[in-house]
Amino acid sequence: MSSDALISAHNLYLNRQHKQVLDNVSLQVLPRQIITLIGPNGCGKSTLLKVLLGLEKADSGEVIQRQGLGIGYMPQRLALEPRLPLTVDGFLKLARGARQVHIDSWLERLEITTIRNQDVQALSGGEWQRVLLARALLIQPDILMLDEPVQGVDVQGQMALYQLIPQLRDELGCAVLMVSHDLHLVMAATDEVICMNGHICCSGHPDTVTLDPAYQQLFGQPLAHYTHHHDHQHCLDGHIEPAQPTE
Amino acid sequence: MNWLTDIWWLPALFSGVLLAAITGPLGSFVVWRRMAFFGDTLAHGALLGITLGIVAEIDPVIALMLSSVILAVLLYPLQRTSALSADTLLGIVSHSMLAIGLVTLSLTDGIRVDLMGYLFGDLLAVDYTDVLWVAAIGVTCGGLMFANWRGLVAATVSQELASIDGYPVRKLNLMLVIMLALTVALAMKIVGILLVSALLIIPPAAARALSRTPEQMALIASGLGILAVLSGMAASFQWDTPTGPSVVVAAATMFVCSLMIRRS
Repeated sequence: MSSDALISAHNLYLNRQHKQVLDNVSLQVLPRQIITLIGPNGCGKSTLLKVLLGLEKADSGEVIQRQGLGIGYMPQRLALEPRLPLTVDGFLKLARGARQVHIDSWLERLEITTIRNQDVQALSGGEWQRVLLARALLIQPDILMLDEPVQGVDVQGQMALYQLIPQLRDELGCAVLMVSHDLHLVMAATDEVICMNGHICCSGHPDTVTLDPAYQQLFGQPLAHYTHHHDHQHCLDGHIEPAQPTE
Repeated sequence: MNWLTDIWWLPALFSGVLLAAITGPLGSFVVWRRMAFFGDTLAHGALLGITLGIVAEIDPVIALMLSSVILAVLLYPLQRTSALSADTLLGIVSHSMLAIGLVTLSLTDGIRVDLMGYLFGDLLAVDYTDVLWVAAIGVTCGGLMFANWRGLVAATVSQELASIDGYPVRKLNLMLVIMLALTVALAMKIVGILLVSALLIIPPAAARALSRTPEQMALIASGLGILAVLSGMAASFQWDTPTGPSVVVAAATMFVCSLMIRRS
């Protein structure tokens, strides 16, 4: 593994309720790299992100963050308490080390200046996503971690958000690690795709990953077309078996 | 300084007002974090604390605060864990503690205890020692909340985001729980065990309709709480009604008014 990685995970294992959520997962994020984690629901994408963030502990394996790494995190969802009155501006000010100049400039950059004094309860899904993104960007992060950034956003909004991500990378010079369940939308925005289902099934450039049999098996290619040799297979009950040697 | 001691209800007034001032922001966190039941459990456990204090011959105020803090720290992992089980467990602990407290109290014969006073508050029992306690705890809690305000609110909005930001979320949560325990213990003499959580919840709930920021809500809740204590006590003197319930009735009236303001 490269030593200039911003964050790297080595052989992570995590078992939750008799399910192997993370099974020997290793990865690293290099500066300015955009990586997308894809996989079916419940495949451990979000959990992996949380382990990398230090919010959850893996059973074994280690996570190494570069010293003083600034992480901007955008959660999948954030349940807001209706009894807590909070404006967009007030919400952003809660970010530790948030400065008003940064808040102003990010509100402008993400085109949400008009809603800054609105109550966070009153926002649409798309507006709220941008507010969450602004909060993640406020600290000028070295790495941006986005958990399903387009949930609850209409298709146009999704496209716009995915177009924004490479731009943000170029402006900030930060790396991006995002979770998605739909590769088609993120294809253009990502440098590397990691396809996981508990363990990492395959990884690489988005064009090559879509051709990978492990990817095709997870994402709906009929099994009859499964001709490619692979070192393991997924059983019906979800556990993984080494493939029969064909030689 | 003679008038201070001559007017018998002054200590009660002072501690009531101080208490309401601190339950404004503290109660707001209780409302935001849905810890109302937690506060109730602490209050119910307080009776057992008093009884144990009597048996062990410890100063009742100290026994009360000590037992309340211990209970809070023991129950602390339960708040915010899976909704149903925590709820049920708190319900069991809460009412068992109250029942055990009542049973134990009745068994400690030879000691005359004013049970009604504990359950519904007893202004006559409030003296300047209590005022000093409330002032000391109130200033400490107020200062701690002021110094850590941003972190406390950030952790209330999202524990995850706050801990990624580097706020000491676990410490802040624990601090809040301990402050809650101390306040509940002190509030007992004014409003009584059964109504402590009302003083924590109703003023912030009423303040919600009138505020646009968390800070506004906390301050307005303090103001409404003080108003409720003053008018409740006045009503209590005027019509000889029990103080605790009178204070809560005053607060509840304000809440109903706030609902109408929200409508219009």
